[in-house]
Amino acid sequence: MIFKGKVFKYGDNVDTDVIIPARYLNTSDPEELAKHCMEDIDENFVKNVKAGDIIVAGENFGSGSSREHAPIAIKASGIACVVAKSFARIFYRNSFNIGLPILESNVVDFVEYGDEIEVDTQKGTIKLLKNDKIFKSSVIPEFMVQLIESGGLFGYAKKLLNL
Amino acid sequence: MGMTISQKILAKKSNKKEVKAGEIVLADVDLAFANDITAPIAIDFVKRLGVDLFDKDKVALIPDHFTPNKDINSANQCKLMRDFVKERNLPHYWETGEVGIEHALLPEQGFIKPGMLVVGADSHTCTHGALGAFATGMGSTDVGFAFATGKSWFRVPSSIKINYSGKRKRWVGGKDLILYTIGKIGVAGALYKSLEFIGEAIRNLPMEDRLTMCNMAIEAGAKNGIVEPDNITVEYLKEKGVLPDQYEIIKSDDDADYDEIIDIDVDDVAPQVAFPHLPENAIAVDDIKEDIKIDQAFIGSCTNGRISDLREAARVLKNNRVAKYVRLIIIPATVEVYKQALKEGLFDIFLEAGAVVSTPTCGPCLGGYMGILADGEVCISTSNRNFVGRMGSKKAFVYLSSPAVAAASAVAGRIVHPDEVVK
Repeated sequence: MIFKGKVFKYGDNVDTDVIIPARYLNTSDPEELAKHCMEDIDENFVKNVKAGDIIVAGENFGSGSSREHAPIAIKASGIACVVAKSFARIFYRNSFNIGLPILESNVVDFVEYGDEIEVDTQKGTIKLLKNDKIFKSSVIPEFMVQLIESGGLFGYAKKLLNL
Repeated sequence: MGMTISQKILAKKSNKKEVKAGEIVLADVDLAFANDITAPIAIDFVKRLGVDLFDKDKVALIPDHFTPNKDINSANQCKLMRDFVKERNLPHYWETGEVGIEHALLPEQGFIKPGMLVVGADSHTCTHGALGAFATGMGSTDVGFAFATGKSWFRVPSSIKINYSGKRKRWVGGKDLILYTIGKIGVAGALYKSLEFIGEAIRNLPMEDRLTMCNMAIEAGAKNGIVEPDNITVEYLKEKGVLPDQYEIIKSDDDADYDEIIDIDVDDVAPQVAFPHLPENAIAVDDIKEDIKIDQAFIGSCTNGRISDLREAARVLKNNRVAKYVRLIIIPATVEVYKQALKEGLFDIFLEAGAVVSTPTCGPCLGGYMGILADGEVCISTSNRNFVGRMGSKKAFVYLSSPAVAAASAVAGRIVHPDEVVK
């Protein structure tokens, strides 16, 4: 998959409480959750995000709660992909389970909020379009590729249960 | 090469002789659970598959976050859960009036046993590692998968061993040890790994304090926190009606490989406070230089809402009064804790001190309801997270501490060492 979009840049330890505050967790509706995505860290996010944009962040992105509502809100807001130095473990699983592509890279140290980047998930490369510099990223692990190919965790469950 | 306790449990549950860190295994789970926020998505997963649950006795549904329901939407979420429980005739469900915070309720009711593999759709599922189980938090889809198949996939973690030696000072409990530890290794210090708590000071640590420590393993990014079962474990289980023939005690091999072994001398650990907005911002209360005035104190949550926590708070609050303009909210984590506290006269002490006592709920900890903070307000909380906006306004400030420090601070109106209030 190749994604090209504008960067929304954040620092380390972006937690699930700022991605989607618990006060909105009385629903699981993606559209409702998207209305409040990133609200407590960036009040302009919802106003400015467009389909295909990319979140770039530092270490431990998605730390905190197990709420799947966090990657759901990000995906429903239009974000195509999240690139961070590292991800919190539960957020990492949740993202694959709901089909939000995420990649590990230190590109955050080299981009500005609003820059345009192109992410190639197969090659594991990120191109900064303003100067054509290319950065490496992780590639999606084999098991995850299999999961995605069997239709995510739902498809995998069907296979396992012979449905 | 030997295996850690976590690796041994994962190997056993995936029918393998041996597993190695980094390997992915599909393992059989012994218990899968979800709460009123996370269950709806998991239930939807099972319904869409159109299957029965893998084993009704190994599934628990616990409406604890927004209950008693705070609004219409949360009532609808709970109704969805309740209807599913009725339709499938599920035995492990607790209604308001019997329900408690999941991570306090499950060990208390004897659901957690050494050697089990436990998954919960709540990040603080790692709490249950205190009983020598491999327990980890996941999202709703993962738990829905476990509900349907009885399985879950795991990347086998490597481990960090933390060895606690020495003797705890007065007022120093599990909460202080874990805040100190997270202060040392950082909120990403154990990312993707297991945290194994061992040593003389752990062997002398009561079970409720161990539960508190494992509860916050996730706050260092860990996959699970775990304590090897010992006599305290066996005694605790016996009290809950769980006998040794009902579980298997698994321990780490002597030659198991660890990424790191960290030694902590608890003689050096004083009561701790974690400053906003990260649990790693922990310092000794004595080292706080400025006056930190508080507007609210909260004692409760899956971290510190157990009976020993309420007893500790009562020791501080007895014959004391909450400072003017400060709100002190105390929430027993389960109905059993509530009844025990009532029986011991703890509520008299709390109410005399000017605290408010509520029925069990996760409410304030995650800014759900009851005790929401206004712009600019400061709260000292016995919960596990002090992120921006965690307890209400994103302009509020949350400090984390033990029940003793929170209670003493409520009396003083600023963050203080319990010795300042209890002479």
